[in-house]
Amino acid sequence: MKEHRVAIRPPLERAGDTRGESRRLMDRWWTELDAAAEEDSLVANVFVMGSLAEILNTFDIPMSFPEIASLQTAVKGKAMDYLLAAEDAGYSPDICGYVKVDVGLHLTGRQHPLGRYPKPGMVVATNMCNTYIKWSEIWERQYECPVFVLDLPGWRGTGFAYDMGSETFKNDVKFVEGQLRELIALCEEVTGKTFDIDKLREILDNVNRMSELYRAILATNKHRPAPFNALTEGINYMGIANILRGREDGVRFMETALAELDERIDKGVGAVSPEQFRLLLVGTACYTNFRDFVGLFEQWNGVFVASEYMSYAGGGIDRGVHYDLSRPVESLAEQILITAQPSMSGIFFSHEWQANVVRDYAIDGIAYHGVKSCRTTSAGLPDAREWLMRNEDIPGLFIQSDLVDSRLWAEAQLKNRVDAFFEALQSRRVQVGA
Amino acid sequence: MTELGDIIEECRNAVEDPDYPAVHEWLEANPDGKVLGHFQVYFPEEIAHAAGMLPIKTMGADSSVQIREADAHIAAFVCSILRSALEQALSGKLDFLSMYVTHPICDAARHVNGIWTRKFPDVSCQILYYPHNAASPHAATYLLNEYRRIAGLIEEITGRGITDEALRASIELFNENRRLLRELYEIRRNTPWLLSLVEGYVLTRAAGVMPRERHNELLREALPQIRERTNKPQDKIRLVFEGGFCEQPPIEMLSVLQDVAYIVDDDFLIGLRWILEDVPSDGNPMENLAVAYLEASSYSPVQRDPRKPKEHMLLERIRNSGAQAAIVGAAKMCEPGLEEQVAYDNALTEAGIPHLVMEFEEKTANFEQVRMEIETFAESLLFEFV
Repeated sequence: MKEHRVAIRPPLERAGDTRGESRRLMDRWWTELDAAAEEDSLVANVFVMGSLAEILNTFDIPMSFPEIASLQTAVKGKAMDYLLAAEDAGYSPDICGYVKVDVGLHLTGRQHPLGRYPKPGMVVATNMCNTYIKWSEIWERQYECPVFVLDLPGWRGTGFAYDMGSETFKNDVKFVEGQLRELIALCEEVTGKTFDIDKLREILDNVNRMSELYRAILATNKHRPAPFNALTEGINYMGIANILRGREDGVRFMETALAELDERIDKGVGAVSPEQFRLLLVGTACYTNFRDFVGLFEQWNGVFVASEYMSYAGGGIDRGVHYDLSRPVESLAEQILITAQPSMSGIFFSHEWQANVVRDYAIDGIAYHGVKSCRTTSAGLPDAREWLMRNEDIPGLFIQSDLVDSRLWAEAQLKNRVDAFFEALQSRRVQVGA
Repeated sequence: MTELGDIIEECRNAVEDPDYPAVHEWLEANPDGKVLGHFQVYFPEEIAHAAGMLPIKTMGADSSVQIREADAHIAAFVCSILRSALEQALSGKLDFLSMYVTHPICDAARHVNGIWTRKFPDVSCQILYYPHNAASPHAATYLLNEYRRIAGLIEEITGRGITDEALRASIELFNENRRLLRELYEIRRNTPWLLSLVEGYVLTRAAGVMPRERHNELLREALPQIRERTNKPQDKIRLVFEGGFCEQPPIEMLSVLQDVAYIVDDDFLIGLRWILEDVPSDGNPMENLAVAYLEASSYSPVQRDPRKPKEHMLLERIRNSGAQAAIVGAAKMCEPGLEEQVAYDNALTEAGIPHLVMEFEEKTANFEQVRMEIETFAESLLFEFV
């Protein structure tokens, strides 16, 4: 029988600071995008896994993150309009919904629920998701804009471990560094500006600080009760980490967030009260039914203390970025590899990362949410779940819906499965207790 | 001399038998031999061959392989070829592999290596990252180093060093194979009435599942016999089929296509024909292979090379083959194929080239719908071109 209790929370001085600041910064980002759309000025379309913000910010090139914009249409309940526009133009129901929402936005006059949506003047993608490349080619055809694809050779097998002295690592760094210099040349060409290495140093320093704070934020959830929900609040931290990567205001935002979380810890306030189950979310949420999705777990007083999304969607910021400011470009190449490779490894050889997180965060069970839209994050989940259950005795729930396509949201079925999972967790506790 | 009918039969058996009979035959003759499997689309098989391994391509399977276990390990919304290739492994049909190499050709395929790693810890599972920044001046050096890395692992497995001399010999062998395949496709382009689509397809596909030495022998004997055929041309539309770079349509579907039209060019199993010219065997042979991948290669939706916009390449394929129209296929659930399909559709429409957009699946068992679609399309073209 489900037990739903609510505890009385003590007053918090910093309550709402982060949410307010996150809203303000996101609104400002949209104001900038809206103005760029109005003026038809240069904007770079980039992606959350490897935005290369360090270089783009050096040239003051505003960045648009179409994944975030697509997600926001779903949260605003508008994604379906754009999905259907893209499907009318020939895009299959079986491809990435983010791509289709974006295509729909471009086909219907680039009016996003949060502002006008600029057309890209250039595109920077990485191979961390193959769909990034296909998506970029759509803009390339539509707007004839330059597209730069940065190859980041990922980890080639299981057992992720770094050996910076290995031939493979040295070769990969040379390749990445060479490509970064190509990107710098492209930015010079597009903007007419000369590359300013001192400005890059400042930006790298900001990323170092932001990364340290971001990691401290993640670590607060090792505390019991966990002070934040890695899904609902985590997505704000993640969003700002992306749009303000390398900027001073991004660093300040992380300081604000950390201070609020520290206060919650000091006063014993958890994201759910009382905290009954500590969970890891693997995959993404369903943004068309975001609150409903979270509610399926919160009604059992379950909290997502960690989320795979907060790891890979930051292009490695959770792994600890340590740029060496004395040799900025070389260090950027090394650190991209050191941080982005394990992010990719964490998706494709996910069992290793998950087993570690379960131990570090004292997690009771893993919710695997496969989304049809995103094979990158979803295709191998059933196997990873089976492996962790068999080898590490970690309970896992596998459910499916979508990121942005509400046609794939089947609440009754999801609820049945989630409820059964929590009942199994409860009964497991009883057995262990007995 | 082996009769053409027998050659085609041998190839068809090799292709259709999900138990890889040609591989088992090779292993019987080479009891200490090691087999390297690789998933679509392209792998430099010469490197494995030079170390004495038998490289084979895992290309999925049609409805002869029932999916029993694979669905429990991979999400439902991925394409059939990933599921059937995994099923073959889980059901023990690929137990002979010592090494399995995959490529991040698509987001779903990137998970294959992780699944293999977990299920088959005794097999050396590796990902080979090909460059998408293919026009980068650094791409060839990177790829050369990646080939060297794979070569090092192969050497560990076989206990045999890959000498330049051995690699040159393997390159010559595979050059001959590619030359023979080019000749086969030339017949299909110039005199399609001499070789049916299904015959041409099984003769090509067999390359991926048997020793290349044997495949070369078979093609060397088959090509003159095909040219000597006296079949008369029929009044059929000439079509290009695009969309078979990874998952393959079932052979029965190809039968339907050949009944209705001459398929004068296609991208079926493009990895076997990825390199378009002879790879030089002088100089540094490994480097030659890496350069050929980038500089003398075909195209597919899973490789980005800004110098080869895919829709332009398709238009060129249509022009070069004298086709009147195209079938733009995509495997169900294939993200890159389905996305490229839209670009192909738009480019063909703009160029005024009639085309049929369709989806297929290797497990399709009912072909009436396909027949109706293709017949209707072909009939509409007959009216147009008469």
